[in-house]
Amino acid sequence: MSLIKDDIKSNILTTTIESAVNWGRKNSLWPMPFGTACCGIEFMAVLAARTDISRFGAEAIRFSPRQSDLLIVAGRISIKMMPVLIRIYEQMPEPKWVVSMGACASTGGVFDTYSVIQGVDQFIPVDVYVPGCPPRPEGVVESLLKIQELVEKEKFSDYAVSDSK
Amino acid sequence: MPLEQTISDIKESFPKAVLGVTEYAGEQFVHIKGESVLDILELFKNDGFDFLADLTAVDNLTLGGFERFAVVYHLLSHKSVMRITIKAYVTEKNPTLPSVESLWKTADWQEREVYDLFGISFEDHPNLTRIMNPDTYDGHPLRKDYPRKGRTERNDFPQVIRGIRKENDSK
Repeated sequence: MSLIKDDIKSNILTTTIESAVNWGRKNSLWPMPFGTACCGIEFMAVLAARTDISRFGAEAIRFSPRQSDLLIVAGRISIKMMPVLIRIYEQMPEPKWVVSMGACASTGGVFDTYSVIQGVDQFIPVDVYVPGCPPRPEGVVESLLKIQELVEKEKFSDYAVSDSK
Repeated sequence: MPLEQTISDIKESFPKAVLGVTEYAGEQFVHIKGESVLDILELFKNDGFDFLADLTAVDNLTLGGFERFAVVYHLLSHKSVMRITIKAYVTEKNPTLPSVESLWKTADWQEREVYDLFGISFEDHPNLTRIMNPDTYDGHPLRKDYPRKGRTERNDFPQVIRGIRKENDSK
């Protein structure tokens, strides 16, 4: 009898649903890369052996926004591409996070012209910005860790559920 | 046929259309009026210039020139390996000239590009629509009087707000 009790003791972990779900989410982020320029090439290096982001559970790159929860905007966004980016963002299921990778996605970079969006955060919500032109792979890994911190702090009570109905 | 012969023939056949012939870096430049570009380029093609290497345009707003816009045709003869540049001038009021798509199929998209960025129309073009800017775009951005930062088109997008997830308190 006492043997069974000890067995249960060492195999039970008390936690909240919230932190259990957040733990699962943060360690299995599925990125959707939106690579439009050289940052998209640099992002491939992030996936490669040296800075392999599968160590953080984020190696499942899906080019389908409906299966992803982390949008990585990598590269300059032209006025013709911005409606596409908005459509991609809206297709992703909640909850979702956005990384703005590189100078062009964050501010327009050196392309201060009529056709380049001066920062995607004017139109879609961005959680983490990665500086650089293009950023080092380590910078992208750092942004991933920052996203994990955000995911960890998620509260179910923050989810806006319709009050009126 | 030598190049000088071709040029003098064209000068004789179109005395009013040829505005002048200049030379730069060992290459001949023939300046013509826009409305007769199809006839003149057809002669060049029959004289061996079988390849349209490039078709582009220049805005002479600050440069000066015969007219406001020059549509530039770079021709190459594969046989004699000679090049020639033809500049066809069109006015600001009526920037229209005949399409050379019937001579070289490659002119199709290049004329669309010139139309998109300079607003120069090509008569009898099979599909003269914008090729790079969005179809709803207003204006022709490579014109020298177009503002570099645009006319707020880069700011005219709907702002997407966060969905079920509110702004995080930690930020």
